[in-house]
Amino acid sequence: MQLVLEKRAERSNTIALVSPLIAIGLTIATMIVLFAILGKNPLLALHAYFIAPLTDGYSLQEIAVKATPLVMIAIGLSLCYLANAWNIGAEGQFLIGAVAGSWIAVKTQGTDAGAWVLPAMLVLAAAAGALYALIPAICKVKFGASEILTSLMLVYVADLFLDYLVRGPWRDPHGFNFPTTAEFDPVATVPLLIEGGRLHLGSIIALLVVAAAAILLGRTIKGFEIRVVGAAPRAARFGGFNANQLVILTFAVSGALAGLAGIIEVAGPVGHLQPGISPGYGFTAIIVAFLGRLNPLGILIAGLFLALTFIGGEQAQIAMKIPLDVTKVFQGILLFYVLACDSLILYRFKLVFPNRQVARGTH
Amino acid sequence: MELIEAIILAVLAASTPLLIAATGELVTERSGVLNLGVEGMMIVGAACGFAGAWLTGSIFIGALFGIIAGTLMSLVFALMALGLAVNQVATGLALTILGIGLSGLIGAGFVGERITPAMHLYIPGLTDIPLIGRVLFGEDAFVYFSLALIIGVWWFLYRTRPGLILRACGDNHVSAHALGYPVLRIRTFAVMFGGACAGLAGAYLPLAYTPFFIPGMTAGRGWIALALVVFSSWRPGRLVVGAYLFGAVTILQLHAQGWGVGIPSQFMSALPYLATVIVLVLLSRARTGGSTAPAALGTVFVPDR
Repeated sequence: MQLVLEKRAERSNTIALVSPLIAIGLTIATMIVLFAILGKNPLLALHAYFIAPLTDGYSLQEIAVKATPLVMIAIGLSLCYLANAWNIGAEGQFLIGAVAGSWIAVKTQGTDAGAWVLPAMLVLAAAAGALYALIPAICKVKFGASEILTSLMLVYVADLFLDYLVRGPWRDPHGFNFPTTAEFDPVATVPLLIEGGRLHLGSIIALLVVAAAAILLGRTIKGFEIRVVGAAPRAARFGGFNANQLVILTFAVSGALAGLAGIIEVAGPVGHLQPGISPGYGFTAIIVAFLGRLNPLGILIAGLFLALTFIGGEQAQIAMKIPLDVTKVFQGILLFYVLACDSLILYRFKLVFPNRQVARGTH
Repeated sequence: MELIEAIILAVLAASTPLLIAATGELVTERSGVLNLGVEGMMIVGAACGFAGAWLTGSIFIGALFGIIAGTLMSLVFALMALGLAVNQVATGLALTILGIGLSGLIGAGFVGERITPAMHLYIPGLTDIPLIGRVLFGEDAFVYFSLALIIGVWWFLYRTRPGLILRACGDNHVSAHALGYPVLRIRTFAVMFGGACAGLAGAYLPLAYTPFFIPGMTAGRGWIALALVVFSSWRPGRLVVGAYLFGAVTILQLHAQGWGVGIPSQFMSALPYLATVIVLVLLSRARTGGSTAPAALGTVFVPDR
């Protein structure tokens, strides 16, 4: 018996729509097995992961807060992936954005700087993220160096740079030697949407980014160029589209969005700069981008779903002592199933029995 | 003198996991498959390797566990990228994300435990020769094995018929298929070899490099191994040079930190990663007269019937 792929005459739109749902179903089935192996009641565990966080207002807000950076980064990454440019260093661009924005917050600390501080932080963070993403993009376009490897290497560099700053020059003198900056001033903090709640202005910005991406991809020539360069490079060349220019553009935009997400996370939910501000948002956003089928609206839904697994994972750890790493395993398995189901859009799977074919003489 | 000997020993130890993992990936890529999941296979190999050694008390069985774990991980990749014709870049990333989670899960019970690290060779007389004695005759088995492995791979790729067929698959899978070679089966074996090597390289870390397991202990070595394959222009000889150069950068920055050079330690720690970026740029730039990469590297192949 042998598994054989048969190319479909045209891509199946039905499967394109349901494939993420099949993938989620298969992932949950796999998780039930994993929970059983870990000796936990699978039904209780699934409840803690997927139902419990949806039942109280605090967790619902927390899901939106966690989804904010995921959606913003994933929107940028989807532009890259659509244009066949492989930015996998969003985590580094996120950290550099956080660092650059924090620089203003740290320098204006305790001064009577006015309302310009937060907007300046956001702009600087986006610019820094874009510049940091341009390093691999330019190395790729000018020298042909693999953007996959260079963008990833820069994640480690950004991580170490942030570590140096909060342990060295920016450390809070009153922070009992903890590696963190002082708490940001109110003018350097992202305002909350609900007094005393968790939801902050960043979530609105994320929604605006989704809308902007939907317009860019659906209604503009640039968006069309991005999609053509990725899907049909030869046709794009005949059309006179400049693939190199699009690599630069998509990297810059995704870097800017990751940087913006970084400063919003630091100046919002965290409130100060410290190591470990990201539980791997830059990498999880890759899953969000694929689960959302590289489509802005899909990414919004996928971002909320992945955020649910973060919150659910924390609740499952507290309630059932399920290790946090299960969340990462879940996310990895999910990406596998998403990619496998995507294969169904282009191919039909067939099981072939070779010996029967030999009998018919077709092999 | 003693310091020089110590540095050379440390460089060899730091280079060995890079060399083993990169050797495996070189074979995988020579067959035309780009498996970006080296980091994930390594970290699972590290966790399983330590678990095996801790449970049985045998370094050899630990290494075996690492190899099996890496191979199983690579089979998942093969099923996806070769069986289901999924984009290899995305599949490799998924493998790394999964591997980091799995290793945390497997290794959680072993954090804080210690084992007796791998024995070093000792030949009375030879090992005692000053300066070169311990470097040549006092290493652990992994170091000798890694050199035997790369020589074996060189011989296989350039001196045997199966090696020639494997390279043919990597350069033009359509022609290889037309000649009747089972491209996907050959690639599956190449991917499995890469996984076995990555698993062993990961296991080397807790079995010989440091005698304990910590989550995330591969610290990007899998990605550096991938860069090394590019650095080597897909040739085994240059791979050895590259691996030892990178090992040297890692060790020198550690020593520089110890000597109290007035540069913050984080900047020194960033050196191997920055060096990787710079080397990739310089090499890609030097190669203007056409790429040396296997021509079919990373492309999807679905055999027509």
